Amino acid sequence: MVIYGVAILAGCYLFGMFCGELIGALMGIDSNVGGVGIAMLLLILVVDKLQKNGKISKPAESGLAFWNAMYIPIVIAMASSQNVLGALTGGPLAIIAGIAVVLISWLCVPLLSGKNAKESAIEFNKNHPAGEVN
Amino acid sequence: MWEAIKTALESNGLITGFVIVGITMYVAYLISNKLTKGLIHGSAIAIVLGLVLAYFGGVYSGGTKGLADISLFAGIGFLGGSMFRDFAIVATSFGANFDEIKKAGIRGVSSLFIGVALSFVVGAIFALIFGYTDAVSIATIGAGTVTYIVGPVTGAALNASSEVIAISIAAGLVKSVLVMVGTPFIAKFIGLNNPLSAMVYGGLMGTTSGVTGGLAATDVRLVPYGAVTATFYTGLGCLLCPTLLFILTDMIW
Repeated sequence: MVIYGVAILAGCYLFGMFCGELIGALMGIDSNVGGVGIAMLLLILVVDKLQKNGKISKPAESGLAFWNAMYIPIVIAMASSQNVLGALTGGPLAIIAGIAVVLISWLCVPLLSGKNAKESAIEFNKNHPAGEVN
Repeated sequence: MWEAIKTALESNGLITGFVIVGITMYVAYLISNKLTKGLIHGSAIAIVLGLVLAYFGGVYSGGTKGLADISLFAGIGFLGGSMFRDFAIVATSFGANFDEIKKAGIRGVSSLFIGVALSFVVGAIFALIFGYTDAVSIATIGAGTVTYIVGPVTGAALNASSEVIAISIAAGLVKSVLVMVGTPFIAKFIGLNNPLSAMVYGGLMGTTSGVTGGLAATDVRLVPYGAVTATFYTGLGCLLCPTLLFILTDMIW
């Protein structure tokens, strides 16, 4: 059932939020810290376990896939409700920092993938499910 | 007549939000396909349109919540609010396979940590150059250069101002668009033609829409390898930026 997938997602979300509240309290900050990240890692582990044991049905997976696909629309709604007018006073910062981080990261790709990357042991797999592209 | 339309939209705010975002995305994908011939991903254009709408919302209402300050469009603030936003972000990790990242080995994992830390430091340095001196703002802008998701998540956790959060989103958006557009041109110079370097690329860049869009334009076979590390990046960023990286920032400033 679709609701099972949504419930797994919601359960992981709530557990992550709970951990985030605890971390926030430990750090002395009155808000949720790292809850989203914990929930994501938990969901990956839980879904992986369920898929390996064949315990998650297609409809249940579609309950997860729906909210996965809703990510970009929700981010657009989030963008529409930001204080862009206020941000424009600091506009050059966003643009310059965004460009700088990409250029510096590009320079680091060959350093990290190494000279032997072309002889990578990992084979191309054309049948790999690319999934929903965000 | 007008009153009836207004009441229907205002008393069903969330549903109105679905329609507005749907129309925005339709227009964005139309622009993407017709005007840029798919070069710039529709989702990136849609986010830009969202920010433009937020700008006019701000000009019209004088408030700080963009389009959501106009009562007719208040529901978009709920749809884009923290509950739905965080719920959908958690859902994006569906599809990432733990075994896939194991295959990337030490290089894939280390590229994730290096990518998050490097992006954060670059953003933090530029925040300093532009005159921000409080640790919360520096960390939020640093998190924004990680991705446009990590920025607002970190900003919300640290109680950063809406302006700083908007800058962090804008910085992440610039990164995403540049990765999307620039990847096919830079690919041959950085050896981006095999699965290992694609995984490293996903780990270093992190922006899922940028990496998957950029790799699709380079060689569609690279997409899943870049995506599998990129999917972990936002989670790692959400975990590290408001915690460890903020604490380190706070210790220095």
